[in-house]
Amino acid sequence: MTGIQRVSAGRRLKDRLIRSLVYLSFVVAVIPLIAVLWMVIRNGLARFDVEFLTHSMRNIGARDVGGGAYHAILGTLEQVLLASAISIPIGLLTAIYLVEYGQGTRLSRMISFFVDVMTGIPSVVAGLFVLAFWILVLGMPFSGFAGALALSILMMPTVVRSTEEMLKLVPNDLREASYALGVPKWRTIVKVVLPTSLSGIVTGVMLAIARVAGETAPLLLTVFFTDSINRNPFTGPQMGLPLYVFDQASRPTDSAVDRAWAGALALILIVMLLNLAARLIGRWRSSARKR
Amino acid sequence: MATPLRIRTDEPSLRSPSRRHGGGESLFRRASTAAGVLLLLIMAAIAVFLVVEALPALRANRGNFLTTLTWEPNGSQSFGIAALAFGTLVSALLALLLAMPVAIGVALFISHYAPRRLAGVLGYVIDLLAAVPSVVYGLWGVVFLVPAVQGPFRFLNEHLGFIPLFGGDTVAGRSMLTAALVLAVMILPIITAVSREVFLQVPRTHEEAALALGATHWETIRIAVLPFGRPGVISAAMLGLGRAMGETIAVALIFPATFDISLRILTPQGNSIAANIANGFGEATPIGRGALIASGLVLFVITLLVNMGARLIVARRREYSGAAA
Amino acid sequence: MGQQIQVSGLNAYYGKHKAIEDISMTIEPQSITAFIGPSGCGKSTFLRTLNRMHEVVPGARVEGKVLLDGEDLYAPDIEPVSVRRMIGMVFQRPNPFPTMSIYENVVAGLRLNGRHSRSETDTVVEESLRGANLWNEVKDRLSKPGAGLSGGQQQRLCIARAIAVKPQVLLMDEPCSALDPISTLAIEDLMTTLKKRFTIVIVTHNMQQAARVSDRTAFFNLAGPGQPGRIVEMDDTSRIFSNPAQKATEDYITGRFG
Repeated sequence: MTGIQRVSAGRRLKDRLIRSLVYLSFVVAVIPLIAVLWMVIRNGLARFDVEFLTHSMRNIGARDVGGGAYHAILGTLEQVLLASAISIPIGLLTAIYLVEYGQGTRLSRMISFFVDVMTGIPSVVAGLFVLAFWILVLGMPFSGFAGALALSILMMPTVVRSTEEMLKLVPNDLREASYALGVPKWRTIVKVVLPTSLSGIVTGVMLAIARVAGETAPLLLTVFFTDSINRNPFTGPQMGLPLYVFDQASRPTDSAVDRAWAGALALILIVMLLNLAARLIGRWRSSARKR
Repeated sequence: MATPLRIRTDEPSLRSPSRRHGGGESLFRRASTAAGVLLLLIMAAIAVFLVVEALPALRANRGNFLTTLTWEPNGSQSFGIAALAFGTLVSALLALLLAMPVAIGVALFISHYAPRRLAGVLGYVIDLLAAVPSVVYGLWGVVFLVPAVQGPFRFLNEHLGFIPLFGGDTVAGRSMLTAALVLAVMILPIITAVSREVFLQVPRTHEEAALALGATHWETIRIAVLPFGRPGVISAAMLGLGRAMGETIAVALIFPATFDISLRILTPQGNSIAANIANGFGEATPIGRGALIASGLVLFVITLLVNMGARLIVARRREYSGAAA
Repeated sequence: MGQQIQVSGLNAYYGKHKAIEDISMTIEPQSITAFIGPSGCGKSTFLRTLNRMHEVVPGARVEGKVLLDGEDLYAPDIEPVSVRRMIGMVFQRPNPFPTMSIYENVVAGLRLNGRHSRSETDTVVEESLRGANLWNEVKDRLSKPGAGLSGGQQQRLCIARAIAVKPQVLLMDEPCSALDPISTLAIEDLMTTLKKRFTIVIVTHNMQQAARVSDRTAFFNLAGPGQPGRIVEMDDTSRIFSNPAQKATEDYITGRFG
């Protein structure tokens, strides 16, 4: 007998079961994440005021009320900017080499392998390396730049990997179409391949920046602590916002812990603003194309 | 017949037009190759300089670096990595075990279950959460989680204590499992973000092919989505494991910094290489710094081995090689 | 316009595998030459050797000579990039650049090779789109993305893009296999117009198409399982379809295999 057969009860049950599990996993994931955000916002707002954003911690003890994270915010912005300036060009070029030029050569296999290995480098090891190489061997001072070096080591492989994935997703048809028009390879890459994968690359770079902006351990070993404003990232100890949070949190007074939460809030805001800006740029680019 | 086109300069010919771009091509190729080589040099430099700075301390070590269960490089100059390495591995693996199923579930939820309109927002939320700094998770772990888990831990210990994992005489909030929980929460967004991206990249036609065979939603995912996404999910897990092992500040706050080797994950013990570096760097003598750098070298090697293993798994399944050119 | 192509003793390889062997032929200007034959017999590979697209696949290489009006495309001082500006290509699947508008797609070949004034590109766009029989359909939405067109329109956009760089030869690799019959007809009509300006070479699986549009037809087949592809027979299309010299050709055309 023919006719439309119903899906067997067992298969349907399994489908439902998995569906519930998937929904449940989302709930399970969101609970701690929302809890973290909520705590940061609730506890952070107590001290998230003008003084906090415009003052340093100079001459302010753990017990004192007041004080701010201006020096740490400034430091973090400079350090992340420097790290991005170092690692984004290197990362993009390396990804381009791997996908467009290296293809199967021994060198590209080796680079690809070590990029994977580098992806797994713990942040504290990157900090130790800069400590060993830059500060102990070369005798350079603790500075924001040393921190940026450590952060850029963490950023590079992330930028390479995400860019590489995005470049690989660009259909070969498009490269061939461009070659068939007599366009040289490098122009094909710059004008066809990169624009096609741009939003994906921006997202990947954003994730990389977001990751390093919150890193504490490498800064601990390279920029050292300071309570004062140091605008120059190339000499002398600088503060970083994550380090500030860590520092304040380890002081056992309510006013210090309040500052820690406010610092955490500021850090999250910075990261989210970066993220939002990148998305807007990506969206603006793609809608400009459609007009 | 056979008009030599080269003479007409306004027309393209076989030789002329690329002259202008020949420089750009080789410059671009060289710059990208150099960037790749630079990455190799950095990797080599990391190994070399860590070894150089670790050697003096290792020579001065009065204990056995591999087996000694204490860490006193500043005082008695006797220190060993065993307990730290053990704690690093166990906490990270435990965290991965806890995070992976949830992360894959969340990734599937966003990519294949949530309503299309909501999916974008949820994806954005997870993206933002991937950016929450580890020091914040650490704060949350200490302020909220450490007190909160004591009850459930006691329950586990009383009723499942016959399993060695949950055994032990005392139960504490500052324990291996708490650290693993915080680590799991911390690595969840990154695993989810990467997995979700891969799941979303599954060609529509693959899924439609499965649906056309009469597959249910789950069967479609099993047939079309998961196999396609597997290499991506593995690399996501790899990223997560690497992050968990190298995670420093959060576990430095939670671990009670003991030097035992024990699988009793509810008892007040636990430490990791990274946590030990963060806790010990402040008051380290030159020998102490060297010892910490030596431990960092070990962490470097362990993550290297883990990544190589993961890399082998991925390489075996690397069937989608995008650009052939 | 349109130039003659002479191929002699051409072998093409993918790594160690020899895909086609000892191909020699002359492709006349201002005509349409069709390549037919069963799948995997090397038609497309051969087509791609004509504008040096074959070598963009890693490990692929070519032996032998391809002369464009007497000039060897594989001579050491010839760059593949320049060859491809002279010999355009249309692919099996329409592949407009997704990040570009219709207008930008048409002038992609010019823009990607250097700056051009707006008035210059305006002229090229209209010319090329008219040449591809697409102008009337898209003239009011030139700034819309090319990917928004129907399959047949996309393919004609790709043809416009290819002819905008004013090549001598147009290679078409199964240009209609992804299209519906109406769109196919539109492309076929277009080809007969275009052959006045270009030398056209088309790979097709559709025998009627070869019979309808082409002047000359080459039948490709494998020498045997695992063997490289080669030319069985090449002649005027009317002759190939009415009175082929080889038994294998007749068998293929009448649908006895392949």
